[in-house]
Amino acid sequence: MSRRHLYFLALGLTIVGLGLFLYKALVLGFPLTPHRISEIWNLEARIVFAAHNKPVKVSLLIPRPIQGLAIVNENFISQGYGITTTTEEGNLQAVWSKRKIKGQQTLYYRAVVRRISAKKPGSLLRPPKIENPNFQGPYLAASQSLVDEIHARSSDVDTFVKELIKQLNKPQLDENIALLLGKQSSVSRKVKIAVRVLGQAGIPARAIHGVRLEEENHNAPLLHWLEVYDTKQWRPYDPMTGESGVPSNYMPWWHGTQPLVQIKGGDRLQTTLSVNLNQEEAVRAATESGMIKSPLLLEFSLFSLPVHTQAVYHILLLVPIGAFLLVILRNVVGIKTFGTFMPVLMALAFRETQLLWGIILFSVMVALGLSIRLYLEHLKLLVVPRLASVLFVVVLLMALLSILTHKLGLERGLSVALFPMVILTMTIERMSIVWEERGATEALQQGLGSLVVAAIAYLIMDIKYVEHLAFVFPELLLVLLAGTLLLGRYYGYRLLELRRFKQLVKGST
Amino acid sequence: MFGLARQLAKIGVLGLNRRNAEYTLRHNLRRLYPLVDDKVTTKQLAQHAGIAVPELYGVVKENYQVRTLPEMLEQYSDFVVKPARGSGGDGILVISGRSRQMYRNANGPLLSREELCYHISNILSGVYSLGGQPDRTLIEYRVRSDPLFEAISYKGVPDIRVIVFLGVPVMSMVRLPTMMSGGRANLHQGALGAGIDITNGITLSAVWRNDIVTEHPDTGNMLMGVKIPNWEALLRLASRCYELTGLGYQGVDIVLDKDKGPLILELNARPGLNIQIANRTGLFPRLRSVEENYKALQGVEDRVAFAQRNFGANI
Repeated sequence: MSRRHLYFLALGLTIVGLGLFLYKALVLGFPLTPHRISEIWNLEARIVFAAHNKPVKVSLLIPRPIQGLAIVNENFISQGYGITTTTEEGNLQAVWSKRKIKGQQTLYYRAVVRRISAKKPGSLLRPPKIENPNFQGPYLAASQSLVDEIHARSSDVDTFVKELIKQLNKPQLDENIALLLGKQSSVSRKVKIAVRVLGQAGIPARAIHGVRLEEENHNAPLLHWLEVYDTKQWRPYDPMTGESGVPSNYMPWWHGTQPLVQIKGGDRLQTTLSVNLNQEEAVRAATESGMIKSPLLLEFSLFSLPVHTQAVYHILLLVPIGAFLLVILRNVVGIKTFGTFMPVLMALAFRETQLLWGIILFSVMVALGLSIRLYLEHLKLLVVPRLASVLFVVVLLMALLSILTHKLGLERGLSVALFPMVILTMTIERMSIVWEERGATEALQQGLGSLVVAAIAYLIMDIKYVEHLAFVFPELLLVLLAGTLLLGRYYGYRLLELRRFKQLVKGST
Repeated sequence: MFGLARQLAKIGVLGLNRRNAEYTLRHNLRRLYPLVDDKVTTKQLAQHAGIAVPELYGVVKENYQVRTLPEMLEQYSDFVVKPARGSGGDGILVISGRSRQMYRNANGPLLSREELCYHISNILSGVYSLGGQPDRTLIEYRVRSDPLFEAISYKGVPDIRVIVFLGVPVMSMVRLPTMMSGGRANLHQGALGAGIDITNGITLSAVWRNDIVTEHPDTGNMLMGVKIPNWEALLRLASRCYELTGLGYQGVDIVLDKDKGPLILELNARPGLNIQIANRTGLFPRLRSVEENYKALQGVEDRVAFAQRNFGANI
């Protein structure tokens, strides 16, 4: 193949890549920076359960539009289920049902939430009905005396609520409260008790359950807080600090005492909530406001994938960037590494552990593994059993390191589990052989080379802007591919070779 | 930095990228690699063509053969154990004699039977082979070093590396073991590489760990001016390896045995670039010259004569 062929190929790829990129960026107005829009989120509830050839009914409480947030779009994703929505105790409830199914089932609820300019909340005309707090026996007495006590120390509803929350969160609990809370002292329990005590005092209150709207969280925890009816409107309170109001990125999902998901006819129920910043909507908004509509481009873009899969591609699309970097560092600079693409995988692991911790944990793991490997050498084992033994030890060391760092209060240490253990094992094995055959210098050099390359790859791949560009404009990878192809024809010296051959220049002149 | 690169280019120093792209990738067909990557195959091929190699005592293919090996080796007091697919001299064990039940390792402590067997099963399971694939173990004649090199090597057997391009020997060096290399003749393990004038077979200055030296670090003797006997015969031997394997760009490793003369030790499809430092000159102009003229060269004699005419140290 001639050089010209390669140049044409590279040129073609660059033109296609850049052309698509410019078209999307300039004509369609796709966002070039990650933070131009931050007002639209994807919410997703994923319900997994096992069914046993019996009728199944799954109900999920779904969010209602509230002030400041509008639900733009809602989707129920399931195969062959009937879906109805009903109102249940003031909450909206979606019910999936099916006559006969078997095996593991997955249901999705997806919603797109947009932040709208908040209007002044309208006041409620009628005060809400107070639910019977249902305290009995000693609980009734305890709650009553608690109400009396707090009543004496407060002047209005607001101060009453704050005093109550303060009592609930004291390190040394009052005996009345200790009785009411029981053994549990989770936030949701506290909120539940607070609602009942307030009911006892004749103040309408309810528990609110929701999630935090953040950039990306694939296992968003449920948050609980308190709402109290006061001066004709519901007012939120933080159940830990007692302050009125909750952060503006708290999104209420449902209220009351019901569980989020209920199931009949199935078991092993698992629910995960995920939240992420929805770039698709921003992109779509951009398309709609633009002159040209381009449904085809959007239909076949990464945005059409489910949220979970999108998250995978957020990371996967960074791998080619790491590989491109590796080509430069190996073929142009001439750094030696263990394995061709191992540093890229290490860089991916660094994304979870952060750089400094990643390097420390990796070095510690490799050093420990090497000493174990050295010991195994004395036992004269065959290669595969020896490799397997190193793998055993690596996994156990990982567990041990996690426990140790946890005990020391270094939560980052837990993330050691994110290192691909097979890669760790192979690194240890390769390093020990290089160590034996070529000496410690060479082994440390290659190990250090791998770490340096991984660190550089991490630093580049961690730039939010790079991640955004790769995801929104994957066609830019074609330009990088062109660059990689051209580098494949770089026949010049590697940077480190210059040092190696420096003697020759001295010798000849 | 660019200045340095330009100067190197002027001397014609070949870099790894160019060696890979223009020489090994273009002139060495992938399907021919197994011929040189497996030393058993190379040896059989050479024997078939009547090219002198160290005699093969035996090949161990499977782990079960390892246990009966000491009996098989009873008749030989000294031998060399090698992985068939090893690279860069890794995994080679030189047994120079016996001491009761123990084997005398030329480069280290005495070895018990068990340790020898462990080493061989390590070779079989692929510790030393490229990519870690299962391997075979070679047991062969131990070469006795020619006394010629005694003054300028530390233990071990020096070997002569000749780069042969399209059948023309283009550059050569002798690799001399040092204390640092543990008696091994591999540059990355710390052996010396002394350039050899292709015209007359006389040694030039040497490279030691990327530095240019003129004396042996252990013996203190001058490295320059040693004349290798039968130089032309040696070049012809190297040149014949082109027809043997069909590889256009290869490194031929030759040892000089006290009794048997030059023997082909192994062939290499990706020979290293340090030979340029040993010879203080670049490979590139010589390779170019061969590319321009090789079609006119008929047979081994012609090619060797061409090399001696054109690739002398002072030309």
